[in-house]
Amino acid sequence: MEESRKIMLKVDGLRAYYKTRSGERIRAVDNISFNLMEGEILGIAGESGCGKSTLAMAMSGLFLPPLTYESGSVFLDGENIIGKKEEELRKKILGRKYSYIPQSAMNALNPTLKIKNFVIDLLKEHDPRMSKKKVLDLTTERFESLSLPPWVIDLYPLELSGGMKQRVVIAVSTLMNPKVVVADEPTSALDVTSQKIVIKLIKELFDEGIVKSVIFITHELPILRHVCDRIAVMYAGEFVEIGETEGIIFNPIHPYSQALMQSILVPEVGIKGKKLPSLPGSPPDLRKPIKGCRFADRCYLAIEDCRKRTIGMVEFDSRKVRCIRVDHIKAKEEVVPHVQQ
Amino acid sequence: MSSNDEIIKTENLTKVFGSGKKAIKAVDDVSISIKKKEVISLVGQSGSGKTTLARMLLRLLKPTAGKIIFEGQDVTNIEGKEKKAYWRKVQAIFQDPYASFNIFSPVKKVLLDAFKLFDNKFTKEEKWRMVCESLEAVNFRPDEVADKFPFELSGGQRQRVMIARAHLIKPELLIADEPTSMIDANLRSGILELLLDLRDTEGTTIMFVTHDLGLAYYVSERLLIMHEGKIVEEGEADKIISEPDHPYTKQLIADVPKLSEEWLLE
Repeated sequence: MEESRKIMLKVDGLRAYYKTRSGERIRAVDNISFNLMEGEILGIAGESGCGKSTLAMAMSGLFLPPLTYESGSVFLDGENIIGKKEEELRKKILGRKYSYIPQSAMNALNPTLKIKNFVIDLLKEHDPRMSKKKVLDLTTERFESLSLPPWVIDLYPLELSGGMKQRVVIAVSTLMNPKVVVADEPTSALDVTSQKIVIKLIKELFDEGIVKSVIFITHELPILRHVCDRIAVMYAGEFVEIGETEGIIFNPIHPYSQALMQSILVPEVGIKGKKLPSLPGSPPDLRKPIKGCRFADRCYLAIEDCRKRTIGMVEFDSRKVRCIRVDHIKAKEEVVPHVQQ
Repeated sequence: MSSNDEIIKTENLTKVFGSGKKAIKAVDDVSISIKKKEVISLVGQSGSGKTTLARMLLRLLKPTAGKIIFEGQDVTNIEGKEKKAYWRKVQAIFQDPYASFNIFSPVKKVLLDAFKLFDNKFTKEEKWRMVCESLEAVNFRPDEVADKFPFELSGGQRQRVMIARAHLIKPELLIADEPTSMIDANLRSGILELLLDLRDTEGTTIMFVTHDLGLAYYVSERLLIMHEGKIVEEGEADKIISEPDHPYTKQLIADVPKLSEEWLLE
């Protein structure tokens, strides 16, 4: 990573917990730290329930119950957004500097409003002085520059296909040129052809400089391989590995990342004979504090020491790995397959 | 191919939804043939008609035209007892295992209910023994899950219960409609292995219905590529992936992000 580049988003020791009615705390995001540089696309990979969507919400500084802020800081373009009032966040930060494209973007549009009225409502909220005409001009212009047909704004959401709806949501949520865009599973409900179009749209926003940095959250690793500069692998609320894309995809080090990469199925000659990994057990219960490595119970390399103390990130060659057995893994040339259950 | 190898085939099967100007041909003149003990995948995008075709094969949906021939017999219009006997031989596993359960029934009832499809009378003990065997076949400890309700199980576990049910009924043809799309990649292999085990131990023919070309290629010997209600290409999985013929198949393969090839170009 070039140090000369500006840090766009600096997340430091962020912890966000869910509080249940019975008073239990679920440690959904636990001690996450990373920097997102200007002009960088970071992918966050992980399976359902690992806390990747919670992280995206926590990074916006807006904690809606049952999600509560525990500790840590989020600096967006040099400004700590944790602890800001909801009113201020909504008016000045969200949409303007930080834009979150939710997983259920399909349902993000108001079904009873035409797209243009939805956009007018939305922009009035952020800038009441803006005239309707100005809003519409801005929207049409943006749609055109992203090769979306501008007449779409005269339609109701139900008249759009899933892929088109997703593109509209992305175009609308980046109208105010936010610096950082977080796209949470933007393509998970789409078929591969629309998927490609949506990914291209986000790349376009980035390449044209409309947005400065992008965080891509998905469980579909092959997509990350093609759009990201770096990938972070998340497991049970923590990052277990972060590094440059090629390295993470083709030479994962953390045993969990290894299993994740081995489970990729792509239609390429040669995968047919591949043995898929099958991890024993399930992710840990995040209601209880976990001593030691969170992956230890499912790991083929776990030793006693793994469960004794909190495991920190080990850093080497622009990679960070949360594993004390790194030397052992690196000593072996080939990747050790997970044992079939 | 001699007709002995064949388990099911369709002749010009068509399904039209709606009528007049609004009519939509969801499945358009489809003639396919599936061999015994084969693992085959029906691949298509959302809206291609693959689920409609699967539902017709399962006799859950009435075809508008065409025939379904199962083991040499026309089953297109069978009803009542004959249909029940058909379901004994043709079973399905659906995408959302949660929707396949009665939420008020514990696992053991879900499995014991399957005996309603059988004509033979089993004693309570016999039934219970068979249920236990099937649960063990999918790596459950029977006493651990038998009394659990669907909401107490994870998605992967629910899917395993559905496979246990298939194991119990021992159908000749199992149609698996997106069986792993709601399951994490790391658990997927376990589910796939259990399904393929059914083929190896019971000789079950398996048809996967999926949009995931990578998965389809991984598990199956043959592929059927469906687009806008029609089968546009069929053949050996290896051949289709390495030398696709139809423009749609080519497009589909090009659109799937791969690991070793560039994807976002052009």
